Amino acid sequence: MKNKTAFQEFLKGLWDENPVLVSLLGLCPVLAVTVSAENGLAMGLAATFVLICSSFLVSLLRKVIPAQVRIASFIVIIATFVTIVDRFLAAFAPDISRNLGAFIPLIIVNCMILGRQEAFASKNGVGRSLLDALGMGVGFTLTLLVLSSIREILGSGTWFGMNILWSSFSPWAVMILPPGAFLALGCMIAGANWINRRNKS
Amino acid sequence: MNLIVIFISAALINNFVLSQFLGICPFVGVSKKIDSAFSMGMAVTFVMVIAAMVTWLIYHMILVPFRLEILEYVAFILVIASLVQLVEMFIRKVSKPLYDALGIFLPLITTNCAILGLALYSVLNEYNFMQTLVYAIGAGAGFTLALVIMAGIREELELVDVPGSFKGAAITMIIAGSLALAFMGFAGLI
Repeated sequence: MKNKTAFQEFLKGLWDENPVLVSLLGLCPVLAVTVSAENGLAMGLAATFVLICSSFLVSLLRKVIPAQVRIASFIVIIATFVTIVDRFLAAFAPDISRNLGAFIPLIIVNCMILGRQEAFASKNGVGRSLLDALGMGVGFTLTLLVLSSIREILGSGTWFGMNILWSSFSPWAVMILPPGAFLALGCMIAGANWINRRNKS
Repeated sequence: MNLIVIFISAALINNFVLSQFLGICPFVGVSKKIDSAFSMGMAVTFVMVIAAMVTWLIYHMILVPFRLEILEYVAFILVIASLVQLVEMFIRKVSKPLYDALGIFLPLITTNCAILGLALYSVLNEYNFMQTLVYAIGAGAGFTLALVIMAGIREELELVDVPGSFKGAAITMIIAGSLALAFMGFAGLI
């Protein structure tokens, strides 16, 4: 991993090791909150904030944390930042806080964040860990944004609350219901596989 | 009557996996064989019931009287993480066969969002102790049901010629989508 340049460290989260489409991590919030583009974006940003802050702290403390209790320590660090995000959203964006509901606290058990601490931040320096967290966070946010846009446009005919389709378009209600989340994500993963396979051959 | 409604709603109508999207990771990861899916479901149900009782007690006996609700998340996840370790040690001492069946799945459960989600939802819904208990059993039963159905389908899927790009996770998601569609039929039950 040492031979990667700093920029590649950032870039790998966007596509090659995209947390959602390739590693299939943190799927619970991905499926649950992507009923509208606004929610998807908010969730992505909240998770990115927590990921960057925890990666920073974990990489800073990586020599201090004893190996036996590292997972518990990571979880406590993550839970602290999640509480901050939760209080912040409740104070300044009450609507979004209500829409995301229990999925803000559930960022704590998002395997993407814990996975990055275990696989990267606890083994690398502060700078690299920050870049890695930023890349993963941006990759996660972009994926959520695309998925939630697809679901909102097809499911309610709007994008960020604006009407963008012709007036006679009848929304596919199933897309904003639970099955739509699974179907849309399945198709996105298949699309990503298809592009990767084509690039390889 | 109220308790029956909570049970059915947690197990079928608001199925944790297929309509609340909790515990997707084990749902995708451990649903290749019916045996292991069932063991995983049992392990999760077991931890869920214990975790729900303990977090209920901690929230209502410690956090609320001392007005420490802000520590809810940190306290819950710590309790769940240590509980999983305790349960693992306890089962290893008491019942070897049970440990062999559940053993490898137990550590994974700490980061299963269904457990934390259950604790958070029972606070959010203001359930009393009995209701929390029934809610946990119902949610666990629903989780096991979804996992076992999924494993049954995926065992058959081994024999099917799936288009290249859809192999693996993609087809699993599509199947989960159709299952979720079927589970929506339970919506009129209550």
